[in-house]
Amino acid sequence: MINVIITSFLSAVLIENFVLVRFLGICPFLGVSKKIDTALGMGVAVIFVMAIASAVTWMLQEYILKFFHLEYLQTIGFILVIATLVQLVEMVLQKTSKSLYKALGVYLPLITTNCAILGACLINIQKGFDLINSLLYGIFAGVGFTLALVLFAGIRERLENAEVPEFLKGFPISLISASLVSLAFFGFQGLVK
Amino acid sequence: MSLFKVFKNGILDENPTLKLVLGMCPTLAVTTSAINGVGMGISTTFVLVFSNLVISLLRNFIPSKVRIPAFIVVIASFVTIVQLLLKAFIPELDKALGIFIPLIVVNCIILARAESFASKNKVIPAVVDGISMGIGFTLALFIMGCVREILGNGSIFGINLFGADFSPALAFILPPGGFLAFGIIIGIINLITGNRSKANECVGCDRNCSKNLLKGVNN
Repeated sequence: MINVIITSFLSAVLIENFVLVRFLGICPFLGVSKKIDTALGMGVAVIFVMAIASAVTWMLQEYILKFFHLEYLQTIGFILVIATLVQLVEMVLQKTSKSLYKALGVYLPLITTNCAILGACLINIQKGFDLINSLLYGIFAGVGFTLALVLFAGIRERLENAEVPEFLKGFPISLISASLVSLAFFGFQGLVK
Repeated sequence: MSLFKVFKNGILDENPTLKLVLGMCPTLAVTTSAINGVGMGISTTFVLVFSNLVISLLRNFIPSKVRIPAFIVVIASFVTIVQLLLKAFIPELDKALGIFIPLIVVNCIILARAESFASKNKVIPAVVDGISMGIGFTLALFIMGCVREILGNGSIFGINLFGADFSPALAFILPPGGFLAFGIIIGIINLITGNRSKANECVGCDRNCSKNLLKGVNN
C-alpha cells in the first residue's frame, strides 16, 4: 500500500506534473500565479475539489454509466458532476466554515472550467484505476498543480523587478520562464520505472 | 457590427489565442505537429460554430441564472458528437489528441464566445463569429504546430525538410519547447503589431471565462 502511495505521488507530482508536463490547467497557472499566497489558495481549492471530483466521477462511471451502457455520455456527465460539485462545495463551505470559505471562496468558481479537474477524472478512467487509486491520483495531481503554481509564483514575483525587453513584457516572458521550470521538471523523468 | 467586421475580428483583432490568450491548454499540448494542431483547431471550430448557433437560438429561453450550466450542456453535447465522429472516421487523430478532445468542453474560448457574443446576438452573426473565432484559433494552432514540428522534428505535415543529416532540436516537441515557442510567438506578434496582448493584466481564464462569468450566476 505504501509502495502504491509513493509511486502514485512521485508520478503525479513530479514526473507527469499536471501543469508542466501534461499541460492541464494552464489558464489558472498563468492567471493566478502573481503572488505566492493567492497561488497557494488556488492550489488548496484545486486539491480539495479534485479529490472529491475524482472519487465521485469514478463512481458515476462505474456504477451508472457502465451499468446502463451509457459510456458515450461520459463527457457531459463528468462536466455536470464537476459543475454541481463546485457549487455544492461552495455552499457547504459557506454554511459550515467561514474561515475556509474566506480563504478558498474566490477560487472555487474558477475551478469549474479548470481543465485540470476534468482532465484528472478522465485520466483516472483511462488508466483503469480503482476507487482508492483514483482518489489518491486526484489528491496528488492537485498537489502537483499546487507545487507548480507556487514555484512559478515565486519566480514571477522576482520577474516583476527584472529588466525585460519591451515586447516580451508580461505574458511572453512568463511563458518563457514557465518553459525553464518545465525543463527542470524533465529531470524527474525516469524516477519511477 | 457588420458581418465582415465580426469575421475579421475573430481572426485578427481579437484572435482568441494570440491576442486574448484564451484556450491555452490545447494550444500548448497538441501542437507537437502541424497536422495535430490543425485537427484540434477544426474540431474546436465545429463545436464553436454549432454551440454558438444553438445558444443564439435559445438565447431568449435560457434564464440568466442557469445560463452557464445550460451553455456547458450544449457545448458538451457537441463535443460528444465530435468525439464519436473522430473515433469513427479519423481514429489516428483521435489517438493523437487523446484526452484533449473531451477537454474541448472546458476550452475557455467556447464558453467566452457563448457568454459574450452568441447569447446576445442573432443567429447569423453568432455563426459567423463562431467560424471566424474558429479560424483564428486554428490559425494560431497551425502556426504553433509548424514552428514546433519544423524545429523539433525537421519536418512539416510529416514531410522531411532538411534531409537525414539534420539533427532537430527535440526539445521543441517536448513540453518545455511548447511554452518557449508560444512565448516567443506572442512576443513577436506584439513586436509586429506594436501593442501588447490584451490579456496582460489577468490572463486567460481569469478574466473572460470563468471568474467573471460565474460571478453572475452566484449573485
